[in-house]
Amino acid sequence: MRFSFGKALLPIYTVLALVFLLIPIGYTFVFSFNASDKSNIVWRGFTFENWTTVCNAQGVCDSFVNSIIIGVVATALATAIGTAMAIALVRYRFRFRGPVTLLLFLPMATPEVVMGAGLASQFLTAGVEKGMVTIIIAHTLFCLSFVVVTVKARVSSLDPALEEAGRDLYGSPAQVFWRITFPLLLPGIMAAALLSFALSFDDFIITYFNSGSVYTFPKFVYISAARGIPAQANVIASAVFFLALAIVIVSQVFASRKAKKLAAPIS
Amino acid sequence: MAFAAFASSAQAVDAAPRKSSKVALVLLAPGLAYLALFFLTPLIALILTSLQAPALYGDMGEFVYAFRWENYVSVVNEYGDTFLRSFGYALIATVAALLVSYPIAYFIGVWARKWPVVQAVALILVIAPFFISFLLRTLAWKQIFSDDSWTMETLKALSILGPDAHFTGTPFAVIFGLTYNFIPFMTLPIYTTLERLDTRYLEASGDLYARPSTTFFKVTLPLSMPGIVSGTLLTFIPASGDYINASGDFLGGPGTQMVGNAIQSNFLVILQYPAAAALSIMLMAVILVIVAIYVKRSGTEDLI
Repeated sequence: MRFSFGKALLPIYTVLALVFLLIPIGYTFVFSFNASDKSNIVWRGFTFENWTTVCNAQGVCDSFVNSIIIGVVATALATAIGTAMAIALVRYRFRFRGPVTLLLFLPMATPEVVMGAGLASQFLTAGVEKGMVTIIIAHTLFCLSFVVVTVKARVSSLDPALEEAGRDLYGSPAQVFWRITFPLLLPGIMAAALLSFALSFDDFIITYFNSGSVYTFPKFVYISAARGIPAQANVIASAVFFLALAIVIVSQVFASRKAKKLAAPIS
Repeated sequence: MAFAAFASSAQAVDAAPRKSSKVALVLLAPGLAYLALFFLTPLIALILTSLQAPALYGDMGEFVYAFRWENYVSVVNEYGDTFLRSFGYALIATVAALLVSYPIAYFIGVWARKWPVVQAVALILVIAPFFISFLLRTLAWKQIFSDDSWTMETLKALSILGPDAHFTGTPFAVIFGLTYNFIPFMTLPIYTTLERLDTRYLEASGDLYARPSTTFFKVTLPLSMPGIVSGTLLTFIPASGDYINASGDFLGGPGTQMVGNAIQSNFLVILQYPAAAALSIMLMAVILVIVAIYVKRSGTEDLI
């Protein structure tokens, strides 16, 4: 037992800690089967009805669809803008690198409530009506820095010799980018996009300041919390949970298979 | 994962960045314009709003530009203890999350190295909470520990809790909620540094007759500092501005309001924009000062 804190203690602790992390998820899932009327607090019996009538609870599906639209658009914007910035930061020399880096770091060091209030005051003074567009603007903002950080790590692990080889073979800059750089960056870009979507989909604080009368799924949960959340909200959350889990597991398996394939000829 | 990037970017080497700056400008322009328009300008709008005065004969929520710095004085008078409470809660939650998360990260990053499948499964379980609405997770805790829940009744029956103990509405509940919500944010960056930890250092330390505890405090812990710094920042900053856990509909009560609650109610409920803006500016200023000192002290300035 040279470098472990006591042989069995650590695994046991970790299992308990992971169970602790998962308790609220299990609770949410179990209560998606609750035969509740309006407020889903007391267990009243098992039913599949909430799953078959998801959209019957007022506002659940509308807010869910809004969240998806906002997530997709904000992710696309943040990923495109952020990837360009990440490439520039790693691959090019330019003045004001320090201030640019600081400007990218600041949104991550700013509490959401400050960003939310700031954007809301700006929209207020500019007389902009709050709605889908203002939510998308806000989400793109807080996703942007995370995209840059994620893609930057990928760009710096990319061998510039590969792009040079492309240029030596008379590839045009566009060809070099789309045939070499982009495919090699794709895992990083995908990770950034997934993270953006997750951040956007689950955001409440900034959204609440800039949403006007539009409901996102988290806002629906927040507003309903005062008078009881319909079990259908648990259905949506559970379904999203298992879908996301499936995506992560599939991509993990895929990545490890690919790694094995690459390693095979050598070992 | 992105959190890997958060912790690992410090060691990234600049591979010959020596190409024309015109291309760089084109690549950076959209992002810089976006940040200028929707991050810097809002901060200026916030500063201007924080100095506004109520419009004479205006409706509620109508304010005009002035240079009313007294707004800050009145906000400090009214919300001074809310501020202290926020940072107190955030600090305790950060330390608690660190204590809970470090062993998890150590298990995944070091202990389970020989079993990649165990590592992968544990890692997925750590990030699993991200896949479900954090509002619903927080509400789940509220309902699990509500006054008439069987959990509370069991705890009372076992005399672990006094007969009239409460969970929701107490400072403990808010700190508990904050700790719970930020464990994954703490675990992932620590894991990414521990995963790269060269265990030969630990062997060397053991060979030199260091006790396991000495090895941990003199070798493992210092080597995982970058992850600890990222994790504590990823926890402390959002926790000090959070207003979900402390909200009365979730885990908090009237006596547990944090500065986020004050900003939210001033801005969205009672339409006192200058007070909300002044609170926001102060919150941001305090956090930036704390972060700057902390990052300097811990010697990992190259966070991004």
